[in-house]
Amino acid sequence: MEPLLLPPIPDLHRIDVYEAHGGYAALKSALGKPPAAVTDEVKRSNLRGRGGACFPTGLKWTFMPKDSAKPKYLCINGDESEPGTFKDRQIFEFNPHLLLEGAMIACYAMGITTAYLYIRGEYKPWIDMMQKAVDDAYAHGYIGKNILGSGFGTDLYIHRGAGAYICGEESSLMNSLEGLRGYPRVKPPFPAQNGLWGCPTTINNVETIANVPVILRIGAEAYAKIGAEKHPGPILVGVSGHVNKPGVFEMPTGVPLLDIINNYAGGVTGNKRIKAVIPGGSSTMVLRGEALDGVCMDAESLKTAGSSVGTAGLIVMDEDTDLVRVLARIAHFYHHESCGQCTPCREGTGWMEKILNRFCRNEATQADLELLLDVANNIEGNTICALGDAAAWPVQSMIKRFPEEFAKHIQEPATA
Amino acid sequence: MSAPQHPARLSEASLRRIEELKKRYPHPQSVVLEALWMWQGEHGWISEEGMRYIAGILEIPENHVYGVVSFYTMFNRKPVGRHKIEVCTNVSCMLRNSERILRHIEERLQIKVGETTPDQRFTLVEAECLGSCGTAPVMQIGDRYYENLDTEGVDKVLKELR
Repeated sequence: MEPLLLPPIPDLHRIDVYEAHGGYAALKSALGKPPAAVTDEVKRSNLRGRGGACFPTGLKWTFMPKDSAKPKYLCINGDESEPGTFKDRQIFEFNPHLLLEGAMIACYAMGITTAYLYIRGEYKPWIDMMQKAVDDAYAHGYIGKNILGSGFGTDLYIHRGAGAYICGEESSLMNSLEGLRGYPRVKPPFPAQNGLWGCPTTINNVETIANVPVILRIGAEAYAKIGAEKHPGPILVGVSGHVNKPGVFEMPTGVPLLDIINNYAGGVTGNKRIKAVIPGGSSTMVLRGEALDGVCMDAESLKTAGSSVGTAGLIVMDEDTDLVRVLARIAHFYHHESCGQCTPCREGTGWMEKILNRFCRNEATQADLELLLDVANNIEGNTICALGDAAAWPVQSMIKRFPEEFAKHIQEPATA
Repeated sequence: MSAPQHPARLSEASLRRIEELKKRYPHPQSVVLEALWMWQGEHGWISEEGMRYIAGILEIPENHVYGVVSFYTMFNRKPVGRHKIEVCTNVSCMLRNSERILRHIEERLQIKVGETTPDQRFTLVEAECLGSCGTAPVMQIGDRYYENLDTEGVDKVLKELR
């Protein structure tokens, strides 16, 4: 597949180069159609969100009220804070205008006149790159009042975060944008009814929005034929950990994980065996290295394998990896990032970290393993947002799939 | 710790910028993160005095600003060294030996994680995933990312920043 999101064109981040390669033509064509036809095109493409939940994007757009006395908003989620995920950054750096073109098309389709691009605070260099692209797009008439003489106008502003994983959760992101602590909100009401400042709001991931001009360019039918049938399109897969050539690779959905590891990412470092992979960022369930045959990078295949595609941040761990130490580090992360609103998550993530540290010190007992699972089970499903689940799943899946890793760290009582 | 030497206010340029930013949102409260970034940029850290000042400008309660500052990890609530070194130790960096990078910096600077060198040049902290997993291990100093680190690379950076 020719890369569609990150084509290897030198200086594509420059607006003149982007234009010379057909950039903003999709926006022009969209503006010539009724907005509902644009949404319909996205719907028929079967594009599913690339931020982790895989929700059908076109369907999400139809949740927005057509007539609204209140203003409507688009939020583009560039918080990119799921460990193992570093794909949106590539779009900011190498193809920022694709994102902006997608944003303007989305705004037109939903009748939105203000869009916010929320980018994590750490990404200051990439915020500056995006800001340059935004300024150029304004100057060329692609953003702002009366876009390309269509009579339709939208503003787009970049909003910088300040270090909080939870702000990648859509309702936290909205609170953060409103200048509040980034606490998740209870749903329902959903953002399409009650989002930013109580107004109808759609939140899409950066990569999701970047797919929109591609759909208009090649047509929904052609797009729907790329990759896996139920989860089609190009996808940016980030490979990290024990591989020779880590990085972000664009491919159609549905490529076998082993193909990604061995061909795209140059194989496992030192030709070692794969002990485990985390397929879609640290929240997704861990898989055993020997169980990867036939498992592909798409929502359905990974669901069947007992995990999920998440953000397609594939973390590879070789045979020498101490998975309990890895899990303890993941548990530390969720404890650190828990916003503290819900007791099961606030307390439970701390308990899990503490227990796992006992394993790391070889001071754990069999009862600790049961306690660890019990705590994880009592977090899952009992919190306002998905951070609780995200903290529980790695623990549950690691205990289930790698019991021997825990056994190595259990100190048997002297009397046994 | 010495008190901030700058007057407890924002520069005229920042104040003008805040007025511009207010127009982007229905409520000035949305500018709080950006205003805090400006304060930290000018003063190095965010004192209670700074929080009061920003609350005044945005016409929001002081306790609200405090709530925001204490929620986000990138805001310094106490003075830090001139260069704040943030070493990512999350999974992808851990798998590529970020621990060794961290210990090496501790040894070079003779401080532990969370401490500042006596000459106020460096503060060392552990960071959560910086979104640079393909070029791990990574550290951030100020706005800049240092990727694909090894101990020699770290030494070079520390020397340059002295």
